[in-house]
Amino acid sequence: MELQDKKPEERMGNPRTHSGKCNRKLALSDNILLSVDKPARYIGNEVNMVKKDPAQVEIRFAMCFPDVYEIGMSHLGIQILYDMFNRREDTYCERVYSPWPDLHQVMKEQKIPLFTLETQSPVRSMDFLGITLQYEMCYTNILQILDLSGIPLHAPERTLADPIVIGGGPCSYNPEPLAEFFDLFYIGEGETRYDELFTLYKECRGQGADRQEFLRRAARIPGIYVPSLYRVAYYEDGTIASFSPLYEDVPAVVRKEMVQDLSLTTYPTRPLVPFIKVTQDRVTLEIMRGCIRGCRFCQAGMLYRPNRERNIDQLKEWAAQMLRNTGHEEITLSSLSSSDYSSLKELVEFLMEEFRERGVNISLPSLRIDAFSLDVMGRVQDVKKSSLTFAPEAGSQRLRNVINKGLTEADILEGAEAAFGGGWQKVKLYFMLGLPTENQEDILEIPRLAERIAEQYYEIPKEQRNGKCQITISTSFFVPKPFTPFQWAPMNRREEFRAKAHQVNEEVKAQKNRKSLKYNWHEEDVTILEGIFARGDRRVSKALERAYELGCIFDSWTEFFDNEKWLQAFEETGISMDFYNHRERALDEILPWDFIDCGVSREFLKREWQRAQEGTITPNCRMQCSGCGAMQYKGGVCVEDKN
Amino acid sequence: MKIRIKFQKYGAMKFIGHLDMMRYFQKVMRRADIDIKYSEGFSPHQIMSFAAPLGVGVTSAGEYLDIEVHSTRSSEEALKALNEVMVEGVHVSQYRRLPEGTKNAMSSVAAADYTVHFKDPSANPFTLSTLREALQVFLEGQDQILVTKETKKGERQMDLKPLIFRLTAIDRPVQEDSPAEFALTGESPGFFLQLNTGSSDNVKPELVLEAFFAWCAQQGICRIAYVPAAMQVHRLEVYGRREDGTLIPLGDFGQEIL
Repeated sequence: MELQDKKPEERMGNPRTHSGKCNRKLALSDNILLSVDKPARYIGNEVNMVKKDPAQVEIRFAMCFPDVYEIGMSHLGIQILYDMFNRREDTYCERVYSPWPDLHQVMKEQKIPLFTLETQSPVRSMDFLGITLQYEMCYTNILQILDLSGIPLHAPERTLADPIVIGGGPCSYNPEPLAEFFDLFYIGEGETRYDELFTLYKECRGQGADRQEFLRRAARIPGIYVPSLYRVAYYEDGTIASFSPLYEDVPAVVRKEMVQDLSLTTYPTRPLVPFIKVTQDRVTLEIMRGCIRGCRFCQAGMLYRPNRERNIDQLKEWAAQMLRNTGHEEITLSSLSSSDYSSLKELVEFLMEEFRERGVNISLPSLRIDAFSLDVMGRVQDVKKSSLTFAPEAGSQRLRNVINKGLTEADILEGAEAAFGGGWQKVKLYFMLGLPTENQEDILEIPRLAERIAEQYYEIPKEQRNGKCQITISTSFFVPKPFTPFQWAPMNRREEFRAKAHQVNEEVKAQKNRKSLKYNWHEEDVTILEGIFARGDRRVSKALERAYELGCIFDSWTEFFDNEKWLQAFEETGISMDFYNHRERALDEILPWDFIDCGVSREFLKREWQRAQEGTITPNCRMQCSGCGAMQYKGGVCVEDKN
Repeated sequence: MKIRIKFQKYGAMKFIGHLDMMRYFQKVMRRADIDIKYSEGFSPHQIMSFAAPLGVGVTSAGEYLDIEVHSTRSSEEALKALNEVMVEGVHVSQYRRLPEGTKNAMSSVAAADYTVHFKDPSANPFTLSTLREALQVFLEGQDQILVTKETKKGERQMDLKPLIFRLTAIDRPVQEDSPAEFALTGESPGFFLQLNTGSSDNVKPELVLEAFFAWCAQQGICRIAYVPAAMQVHRLEVYGRREDGTLIPLGDFGQEIL
């Protein structure tokens, strides 16, 4: 009945106007491509790009990273899904990134629709548009993607002529600020449920079902959240009164999807190789997911529990294949804390023995500084030029206990001593300002810790050291994130952040070795916005949309960030920044993301919040299980040595 | 052992700049398992040098790079291995051994051939005969062809005349989008140029055409501004010089490996 009212092309059963053959005519004219910065961002054709005949597939998927090409191409998750989708014969997955502001303007002026890189087809002609949500400050770029594609911004206004717009990635664990703009969110790791979703899509299309019916049925697939099928009610004070599905067959709780056994996943052994230099211009070998550490500020450490390691033999084989298939001259290990990978030594030895001869570099981020890592790094990099990184996150031991950062001052000083002994002179230190319970002393300890490291260097006899050392202190401002023990905490105000950075700066200048210390801090305005979108609800989408209308895009790029416009957007839409950032939430308040079960229980988070306030540390997963709830997935560290 | 490689660049690859092409070929060597030599030192790099950088937007049938290798397969096998790992828009057409003592590609460059045509034939104000005639007068009717060349150090006056070895009209310009064989199309006449190329007095076809169009306007022949993006420049070949001074394609310095 309903179907009769729709135009034939709006019915799912109607095949799209897929062009007859693999057509590599570019979407942009020579004129445009020669006038914009880095035309290589828009032409596709990279090594290992997948070529298919669009007429021969049933599902066309545009995979989007809503930032510039060089950032998007560096992202492992997209490469994994791109490869996985394209292994399906019935599916063609293509890519799209945010056009840089120079091209954005041209496309708006000349009304050129946004296109995929592979076939240079309009994004709007795809069946799906999947957008990865990696950080809050790319949210206006999502609106840019929809806008340039000619897809209605608001999900309810879309027809079957538009793709199904899917969100995924870390920010989808609080999807509410974006609820208005997405048809559905995929909560969790992509490997598990896409096949089901695609099968359902084909089935619905075969039956001539409409968009609503597809979404309703999709909502029953585990991990799939369809925001339009839930209603939110608010109390007068603005907090959430209720959050419930509209229909009985729509689940009230959406449980995170997770791969139990990582050795069963696919891996992109033929990753794309860009022509232009991108942020991660190397082979990325994902050695594990999750983290055993349990730092209380860290969202990833909670979301990706339990910690699961990949099989070392598989990794060795993949490393060899990927280097051969890409020709990259560098390989990097990816994980939240590489030092915790049980076979790290064996893997690194293998990579060095196997590939160093052939001019392949090995980079090892997120390593604890100890004898092993210094030995490895001393062999793969020029110690005089490179720097060592420590992330104490807090200056004092007291505050490090609050955040459960299991790194002591002795660890840092011993690591630094060993590093200086090995010839390093540059040390980078990362800290956060504005952590819960932080006091004056904690702040001043940041430069003082740096000073103690510098003093350690100058204890080396003058004739044995090589000039001055260089200690770089960087601070960022703490943003409380959903599904962490700090999710209830108030965030600092702009003025507090500014004052704290100033204090650090003054204290740096008061140190004896101030000439060896350098201090960088982040802008506080961006942090304030990040806080709002991290813990916001559906209502903040109005400010987001208004900000885009006012011209905000690429907000994570300082040259484009325009705080005045953002303030105007919040002002005009009547949304209070204070409400989202600066009040302490009650432990029994319904939080916007409470409908998601991310594996870690609310009880555990409350317990950890309590322990944080007491300054009590919690042992890591290998030392002792703290009953976080992730054991329900029966994988990784939760089942190690327990047969 | 030194190897000289000749390749073609066309289609979307014309938007990839020179430095990125160098990076591209470094990865090609690894993918094709070429036994290339690395420099000494902490961050070893491949021993590789390109002949003459090609501007963004320009296509070519005759680009050259030299590499040094420890060992090699035959020309035929190496070509096959290289072309198996190419992207669409780059094709390797020669892989030859250079005799000991041959100057490297970059310092050998003496001249290059180009064709230039209007991307939109309807924007072409010339017929074959009017173009032929205009070019002849432009070249032979002037003692000097003075242009201002912008360099890093500032502007510099330069006489193009002795640096233009050939400048003629052709009836069927080379089409940029076709692979290996570079098919020809009819209708719109274009330019053929042979120009001095290399580290000193390097002349790009754009510079000559800009001067020609300005001269045309002055002579009242036709009044169109030179718009670089409206023209497709295509490099056909790059030359070095024999000892007797005659031009020889860079590839002819090398020998097939059997």
